[in-house]
Amino acid sequence: MADVTITIDGNKVTAPAGTLLIEVCKSIGTEVPAFCYYPGLSLQAACRMCLVEIEKMPKMQTACTVPISEGMVVHTTTDKVRQARKSTLEFLLGNHPLDCPVCDAGGECELQDMTFSYGAAESKFMEAKLHRDEQQWSPVVFFDRPRCILCYRCVRVCGEAMDVWALGVQNRGSASIIAPNEGDHLECEECGMCIDICPVGALTSGAYRYKTRPWEMKHVGTTCMHCGDGCKTTLGVRRHETGMQIVRGDNRDKSGINGDFLCIKGRYAFDVTHSDERLTQPLVRHEGRLTPATWEAALELVASTFKRIRDEHGGSAIGVIGSNRTTNEENYLLQKFARVVLGSNNIDHHRTADFPALAAALKNTQVRTAGMRDVFNAKTILLIGNNPTDQHPLLAWQIRNNVRLHKARLFVVNAQDIKLHRQATAFAQVPSGSEAFAAAFLAGNDSVGESVGGDARNALLAMRQALKGAEEAVVIFGSEIRGAQVKAAVNLASALNAKIACLGDYANSRGAADMGLYPDLLPGYAQTSSEIFTGHWGALPEQPGWNIEQMVNAARDGQLRALLCVGSNPVVRYNVDPFVLQKTFLVVNEMFMTETASLATVVLPAACAYEKSGTFTNTMGDLQVVKKAGDLAGTKPDFEIVIEIADRMGFDVRKLVSLGGGTRADMGQSRGAQTGEADRHAVWLEAQNLEPRMTPFDPAAVLDEIQRLVPGYGEASRLNVAAGNDEHTTALEAGQGSATSDPDLVVPSEDTLFTSGTLGRYSNTLHSVIESRRKVPADKKTPV
Amino acid sequence: MADLVSHPDEVKVVSQRFGKGAAAMDRYLELDGYKAVQKALASGPEWIINEMKASNLRGRGGAGFPTGMKWSFVPKESAKPKYVLCNGDESEPGTCKDRLILEHDPHAVIEGVMIAALAVGAKTGFIYIRGEYRYLVDIMRKAIAEAYARGFLGKNIFGSGVDLDVRWHTGAGAYEVGEESALMESLEGKRGIPRIRPPFPAVVGLWGGPTVINNVETLASVPHVILGGGEWYAKLGTPKNGGTRLFCLSGHVQKPGVYELPLGYNLRKMIDDVGGGIWKGHKLKAVVPGGSSVPILKADEIDLAMDFDTLMKAGTFLGSGGVIVLDDHTCIVKFCLRTTKFYQHESCGWCIPCREGTDWMKKTLVRFHAGGGIKRDIDNLNYLAENMLGRTFCPLGDAAAMPVIGMIKKFREEFEAHLEGRPCPFEEHGAAVEQLPVLA
Repeated sequence: MADVTITIDGNKVTAPAGTLLIEVCKSIGTEVPAFCYYPGLSLQAACRMCLVEIEKMPKMQTACTVPISEGMVVHTTTDKVRQARKSTLEFLLGNHPLDCPVCDAGGECELQDMTFSYGAAESKFMEAKLHRDEQQWSPVVFFDRPRCILCYRCVRVCGEAMDVWALGVQNRGSASIIAPNEGDHLECEECGMCIDICPVGALTSGAYRYKTRPWEMKHVGTTCMHCGDGCKTTLGVRRHETGMQIVRGDNRDKSGINGDFLCIKGRYAFDVTHSDERLTQPLVRHEGRLTPATWEAALELVASTFKRIRDEHGGSAIGVIGSNRTTNEENYLLQKFARVVLGSNNIDHHRTADFPALAAALKNTQVRTAGMRDVFNAKTILLIGNNPTDQHPLLAWQIRNNVRLHKARLFVVNAQDIKLHRQATAFAQVPSGSEAFAAAFLAGNDSVGESVGGDARNALLAMRQALKGAEEAVVIFGSEIRGAQVKAAVNLASALNAKIACLGDYANSRGAADMGLYPDLLPGYAQTSSEIFTGHWGALPEQPGWNIEQMVNAARDGQLRALLCVGSNPVVRYNVDPFVLQKTFLVVNEMFMTETASLATVVLPAACAYEKSGTFTNTMGDLQVVKKAGDLAGTKPDFEIVIEIADRMGFDVRKLVSLGGGTRADMGQSRGAQTGEADRHAVWLEAQNLEPRMTPFDPAAVLDEIQRLVPGYGEASRLNVAAGNDEHTTALEAGQGSATSDPDLVVPSEDTLFTSGTLGRYSNTLHSVIESRRKVPADKKTPV
Repeated sequence: MADLVSHPDEVKVVSQRFGKGAAAMDRYLELDGYKAVQKALASGPEWIINEMKASNLRGRGGAGFPTGMKWSFVPKESAKPKYVLCNGDESEPGTCKDRLILEHDPHAVIEGVMIAALAVGAKTGFIYIRGEYRYLVDIMRKAIAEAYARGFLGKNIFGSGVDLDVRWHTGAGAYEVGEESALMESLEGKRGIPRIRPPFPAVVGLWGGPTVINNVETLASVPHVILGGGEWYAKLGTPKNGGTRLFCLSGHVQKPGVYELPLGYNLRKMIDDVGGGIWKGHKLKAVVPGGSSVPILKADEIDLAMDFDTLMKAGTFLGSGGVIVLDDHTCIVKFCLRTTKFYQHESCGWCIPCREGTDWMKKTLVRFHAGGGIKRDIDNLNYLAENMLGRTFCPLGDAAAMPVIGMIKKFREEFEAHLEGRPCPFEEHGAAVEQLPVLA
């Protein structure tokens, strides 16, 4: 809309006509207080806190509902306005308990802040305040009615933004009360958005309540360790005898790709960190039993055994299985360790999506990958397969709210009637397994029409018509489409001039793929002979190694003599017969005594993602920082473990972790001049305005190398990532684009909102909510 | 059923069929029924709206907005269906006129809705009747069924080729729903909470369609305007205040009842003459001239022409036409409490000042009237009311605040007489207040 100029407290401001006055005030730093107004949610005008004077209008107006128009003259600091704010606070404080000293919100309370700002310190009334007893609505949601100021934010965020509609208002007048959908308790997605959005301490978190005060915590903004969406979560950390204790997860500053959003896992499932079942001591099998050992003894045993086997039988006798939840730096380091130190290409990980197939299919096309932010801003979204509501809660949030706030068109193709159907412009239910045919059909390939059946074909035909001329589209597909079939999705994206995204399941599934945890692919989906890497790392084993299945077979045949398993549970994931691994020297880095760990010769207690630094790449390719909340005594990050093993094997770890030469001034020239080979890493660092690293234990040193060598990662701004923002990477389209062989190795986790692979099994919170025990999936429940 | 009253000064227009059995279709037809709608059908929307404008008919619900103008705001073209909505959620204490119309002349309401629908191009009308008026729902349901049976409603009404439906709906017992946007929410099946305006109902109303909302009395007057002509109707009242209206005279008068008087009729005459003066030989103390929400008038302030503009100049409102008369045995504090109790009970709770303000006013007044008042309470009450006035989401907050402000301003000495633990000076006569037609 055209710009108009208005006057706020004597200052001229120009903004698009129709912008809400409260937003215009905010844009020039004029505070207009409000409780019920919340950007992105429907307007209420209920709290009356934002009343301002507008000339030529007889009454004061709520700034949250007035769209600006040319020539408007607004006053926000008059006595009348000040008195209105004060009296509104007096009305609220009449019934609001003054239990700030024990209230969770104390120190973070909007009512408290406003009372400090606008006064109302005097008590006017002598009658008793209205009281109702506190209610527990779920293991994670408590409601303290007397503190509620009825701003209806919780009702709206639950209904409008989450599309759950589990909260409502009961009664009227001063007896009005927020009530949960099941009368005395909630049945919902347990996301806790209602708690986060509550301006006061009426809704409190089961995990956090009465534990500490906001100013007594350290607030660490990191990336969630659960699903592949990569929400930013701010951990509230306090001192504790075991090193540190995380007591809260929220999105305190509303920054990051998820803005307001967090699901139950991001908000509460940090509790796995403090599980009683965490391993905090290395274990070595002694006379058939896993027995506590020192780190030195355990590492020495691992290093010497690896060295012996490598020297006696060659690197190909050793295998490495990496993790979906270790950092990019750890993944990169791990495969480099396997290839350079062990001399083995036998490296793999639990694959949850076929990223290499997408990389190969994107080769020689114009199609680019979509970031998580693109999904919120795209005009058209085509979702094929997956159920984001359960498996990718942030993605579902982005889609849902894009449709709600920007009127985006959503097209859904799925074998199930998933919850996002509600937001869909069109929905086609296709037989399970025919998702790729549907994609091909949508792209114009009529010959596959029969594969999807009659009704679905008609629905897809209508969808194909509706998609014609779609602008700013994004095609998102799940692990249903893999292998050669991925080409169909890419062709469709190409036909629609759309961006594309593939959905992997865990926090760093994408990072594991991008960093080359494959027997036949180096980082960036490069072939094992790629000169990018051989040029820097020296000679590498040329033959592709064994994948997980082949490693297991080799173990059975006695050819795989040692296996290092980092943060992975292949015994369960790939249904491995435990006896197969009997003859193998099995080393497992784990947080918990998993099925795989219980078979190990050596178990090394690993730090979790909240106890280390590094980066994650979410399934959309957005690179984000992982920040350390603190240490758990007894554990080590996998990064350190790998370096220590390499060191104890007698390997020069500076060849494993590039530090960037001596000093900045050196730039490697002195050596380069003599050998004809400059220290390219040092030169690169200088060009990037980065410092050489002081220690090989600094993961940033590996990120330096990743950015230098892995196509698609170089452009990411380090400053931005370090500042807690997301940077979209493009390894899929910028890389070498090789496919790995066996799409059958893709095993989706099929997590729900209340499970999270191995980690989820150790989260008391995820187990405690009744929805996690319900047979019917969350999205099948009719809204109340 | 209430007994009907009459007085020679009455000008019976909207009440002309009262007591004549017009709820039955045949009788209604004998009394010129459904002639206006046929005339309207023949004359077209533009003519109807012009007649309405000429009539100076102003909304009888309380706000007094010119009806013709309201109808003319409805856009001619609309992608969404247009609606006519009859507001029969009569709940303002002291007001009981719509009830008589719905009981004695339901077809006039239907006919009014039909004419409004023809004027704005709506195909559907709704008659929303207050939840407590359950027995009137039966009358209206029967009347609508009869109109359908005769072909006056439904497809091709009166053979004109026009389709028109009218449906009834009932509330669940909320004063708040008398507010037009809350009524629309209620009719849509939601909580009866008002909407943010703008957009106004004429543009975005029921289910997002342009909607005309009028009071029962307003719509029942429409057929008479159409038959008699706008000019004729206007002349019945004073300039800018066309026609007659039903005044609900209640309280301590000899002959309370609903009287149809021309707008501009003198208030003192209404009490002394029409109402037969104050009962039991008592003296007049105060009058609330437009339903319980408007500021009170003292006995010496009532030489006023009862029209919208004059009363506004006098610092009060003509409102819904409920004239509540209080004699000198009435305790103003108790009356204030009674009024406040009502608004506290009826506050929907949506916005802070009304929800909390009415509650604290009530709590304070209960204690105050019982003898527990302290001097600061009087200022506190006034402070509460002043800070609600003009700051609430909907007019209910004003409705709760205005009486309190008015009574404290004009009868402060009575409030002070309750202080220091003294019992209510009117206590032995206090029962009189209970007889006021105030529901809670």
